[in-house]
Amino acid sequence: MEVKPPTPQIPPAVWTEFKDLQEWEKYHQERPQGDKHSAVFEQATEGLLHFPGGFVVTSVADAFLNWARKSSVWPVTFGLACCAIEMMATFASRFDVERLGMVPWASPRHSDLMIVSGTVTIKMAPMLKRIYDQMPDPKWAVSMGSCANSGGPFRHGYHVVKGVDRVIPVDVYVPGCPPPPESLLNGLLLLQDQIAHFRKTGARAAPNLKID
Amino acid sequence: MPATGDGAALALTVPVDRWVETGRFVKDTLGCAYMNFSTAVDWKDQGLEIVARVENLDENFSVTMKTKLAAGESRCPSLVGVWRGANWMEREGYDMFGIQYEGHPDLRRILLPQDWEGHPLLKSYAVDTPHPPYR
Repeated sequence: MEVKPPTPQIPPAVWTEFKDLQEWEKYHQERPQGDKHSAVFEQATEGLLHFPGGFVVTSVADAFLNWARKSSVWPVTFGLACCAIEMMATFASRFDVERLGMVPWASPRHSDLMIVSGTVTIKMAPMLKRIYDQMPDPKWAVSMGSCANSGGPFRHGYHVVKGVDRVIPVDVYVPGCPPPPESLLNGLLLLQDQIAHFRKTGARAAPNLKID
Repeated sequence: MPATGDGAALALTVPVDRWVETGRFVKDTLGCAYMNFSTAVDWKDQGLEIVARVENLDENFSVTMKTKLAAGESRCPSLVGVWRGANWMEREGYDMFGIQYEGHPDLRRILLPQDWEGHPLLKSYAVDTPHPPYR
């Protein structure tokens, strides 16, 4: 008698969302072009650039300003969930982001960076938006962890914003659940790359994605 | 006083109109002074079921009171008059299941925003309902 092996029955996926990408494009918050520029500064550098020998001054000034910006990124402490534990570990002495010039600051008005670490609920989203709006303008946002990136394991819950990029524009996404401090440090270094380049092109430059 | 109940758990299923009366009996006669939790179960077309668990901490036993509402019914008498601790529990029941507790002093939403539409733990709640502006 021939014994047939059982036919593997693959159950259909419960959550098959083919509309995810279109939805992401619909709700995704874009950073407006040139929002990190000062118009006056732009005119001054433009004038200087056309002056004979002025390109030396402007490129040096650009390099200096970018260096200054990228080496004093102050993140506002915005911990929402368990990712905040890893974020605090990153801020603490073992991983020590202060050697990158980052001082975790408890006021959004003195900060340049918001690390959204954790699940953003629908009830929390207006507060997050308000805190982001309170930061002065050359500002960046890092989305840390699966929950902030896309909703993560709570994506199909009734109360979770499906990605913090539906609320604020995000510059760097750090994957992980939660990301270890090394991952977050990698994301912060990518962000520093991005900050160092944003002035040369006038637009948000793609970060250098070489990960070894 | 030695603990004589030995952790026993008693379950009572009563009709809705005897709900408060049962609560009074359980508190006064059985001495269950501690309101542990009050919640609900959605049995879809068979209606909602209210579950309340109260405990006698001196004698170490607990009573689980259950009552079934009729299908499509969402009104239920409130236990706040018996146990004050039922206040927030029943607010949560209203928040998540939409149960109208009659006689509750302050029946508002407790966890969700006040402008939330719908009661999300009902089986009929569509989870992927868009909630503008943030979904």
